[in-house]
Amino acid sequence: MSAVVPVELPIDADTEKQLRRGEDSAPRRTKRRLTSRGATIAALLIAVLWTVPTFGLFVSSFRPAQQVRTTGWWTIFENWGFTFDNYGEVLKAGNSQIDLAGAFINSIAITLPATLIPLMIASLAAYAFAWIDFRGKDIMFIAVFALQIVPIQMVLVPLLQYFSRGELFGFPVVESLTEGGGYAQVWIAHTMFALPLAIFLLHNFVSEIPREVIEAARVDGAGHGQIFFRIIIPLTMPSLAAFAIFQFLWVWNDLLVALVFADGAVAPMTKLLAEITGTRGQDWHLLTAGAFISILVPLIVFFALQRYFVRGLLAGSTKG
Amino acid sequence: MSAFFTWLAGLPPLAQVPIVILVFAVVVAAILFFVEIAPRSGRIYTIIRLAVCILGPLAILLIVGSYWWAAAAAAVLGGVFFLLDYRSKQGAGYLFQLFGFLGPAVLLLTLGLILPSIQTIVQSMMNSRGERFVGFENFIWIFTQPEAIRTVGNTIIWVLVAPIVSTIAGLAYAVFIDKSRGEKYFKILVFMPMAISFVGASIIWRFVYTARPAEQNQIGLLNQVVVWFGGEPVSFLAVEPWNTFFLIVVLIWVQTGFAMVILSAAIKGVPTEQVEAAELDGTNGWQRFTNVTVPGIRSSLIVVLTTISIASLKVFDIVRTMTAGANDTSVIANEMYTQFKNFEQGRSAAFAVVLFLLVLPIVVYNARQIKKQREIR
Repeated sequence: MSAVVPVELPIDADTEKQLRRGEDSAPRRTKRRLTSRGATIAALLIAVLWTVPTFGLFVSSFRPAQQVRTTGWWTIFENWGFTFDNYGEVLKAGNSQIDLAGAFINSIAITLPATLIPLMIASLAAYAFAWIDFRGKDIMFIAVFALQIVPIQMVLVPLLQYFSRGELFGFPVVESLTEGGGYAQVWIAHTMFALPLAIFLLHNFVSEIPREVIEAARVDGAGHGQIFFRIIIPLTMPSLAAFAIFQFLWVWNDLLVALVFADGAVAPMTKLLAEITGTRGQDWHLLTAGAFISILVPLIVFFALQRYFVRGLLAGSTKG
Repeated sequence: MSAFFTWLAGLPPLAQVPIVILVFAVVVAAILFFVEIAPRSGRIYTIIRLAVCILGPLAILLIVGSYWWAAAAAAVLGGVFFLLDYRSKQGAGYLFQLFGFLGPAVLLLTLGLILPSIQTIVQSMMNSRGERFVGFENFIWIFTQPEAIRTVGNTIIWVLVAPIVSTIAGLAYAVFIDKSRGEKYFKILVFMPMAISFVGASIIWRFVYTARPAEQNQIGLLNQVVVWFGGEPVSFLAVEPWNTFFLIVVLIWVQTGFAMVILSAAIKGVPTEQVEAAELDGTNGWQRFTNVTVPGIRSSLIVVLTTISIASLKVFDIVRTMTAGANDTSVIANEMYTQFKNFEQGRSAAFAVVLFLLVLPIVVYNARQIKKQREIR
């Protein structure tokens, strides 16, 4: 398949100008009809209102502590000052077990596996729901879908007990996961919470693959393993990416799961920032810098992968 | 803790990431490989299936740090599974494939969502240490104690205010910028807060709300505005009952972008003919908006409203970071965590159940609307 490419016509400058005028006059007319001056002002106002708080945080994080404490960031030109010290200081701030720099590393170490592992498990399940026939498939799929209604709050405490005692309804099954203080339990918890939504969304994408493609592979002698690996994964890559970004941001921005499952030395940045806000709530030079570090990664992801990002976020908006 | 996880936890954090992903990738590759060869007939494949059925569960349970007897029980179960699979009507290897694809997800969902939910429901009827059955005492406590009633009331305020205001703001913005120049950039500006964590957003807004004594310079923007207009600085997060509304502003700030993107797409889906027909009939802009656009985007409006309602019901991070529930700002999700931290397991579970019951109808309605919307498209 080749896209249709418009041919450059040999025309003189005047004609070209005339043609171009014809091209864009239509949209401009509708634009004038639909947006009045009042609407433009209102839109600008909303845009400014929505941006100013973040901008204030950004400006303040680069001002010397003394000035942040005594003057507003909007007077920056009267009280000029620029420093990176806040960032240096806040990266060393924290509690006895960990500082913010360590928490930043923890956030990365928690987020990456907690994004990739559920993605793989969910796409396996989504494939089975879409392309393997078995009895009770529909009921089971509806059950998985319905699990989305369970708020995380419902399962936190019992799950914590399973992890710490390693027992189910009083029967010990595994040894405690909490003692070593690793990331294992927060990875597993995030994986579990991601699955209902992930399976549901990926099923929608996986089942859209044309049946002929799958049949052709089957005729060529591929089993389910090969079909999954060679056809499903490459063809659903954009959807996988959209979900991966959603899950990445969800885990990165999460506080509740971190509070319960990532304690002490494995705490991610959100938890530590919430803690610093509680203990040093008036040290604005630190809080602004800390908050900016924590929102930096999502913002980079947002600006770099906008299309996937919007798709992913819209798809997963009811999770939690 | 098992040897594997103990060893892993001893490594530097960033070294753990590739290792755990690699180990997991190997497991998935093994699943796919065995699934691929499972339906083949012949003695050698039967033996491979048998070996995997018995050794697979054994290995997994030993890796996650199980006891010998539990691992042995799993191996026996694996053997039973092999026999079931061997005698399957659809041919040997059929169940094996099915389990390879669905097994991990089903196991994790059962362990992580189904069983704990049941346990929470049971726990909500137990006393604080979870050893004595107390019936509905915890629920009665929630709906009789003034503080707990306040918590439930606050949650209801959140659900009533946040969805409506953010939907109206998002809709207005979407209409204003529709087909204007630089629409894309306008959208980015308002959608950006969706990328920021609630913790980050809370810090941003706490900074906006900061109050200084009247004789000093204000450093919080909102109080500076108040002072410019000749008012006294207000400690926004401490004045009851308005502080809850100042917390709600944060959620509105985040969710408006979501509403705007969905509604903007819906507005573009309203047929131009309808708008033009209304225009020929001599309607003004507002009439066209209420009589053509709004009915045209009705289902999207409902989806947006219900989705943000769910988010407001579950709101936790904002309250936790801004006030931690002080000055009567607590909500159900925050109180659930607070009670858990105070070793009041029964009450904590009861709060969780109340939250679940509140969310339930909205989620069901939301899911049905989304499905309907898909069918229309």
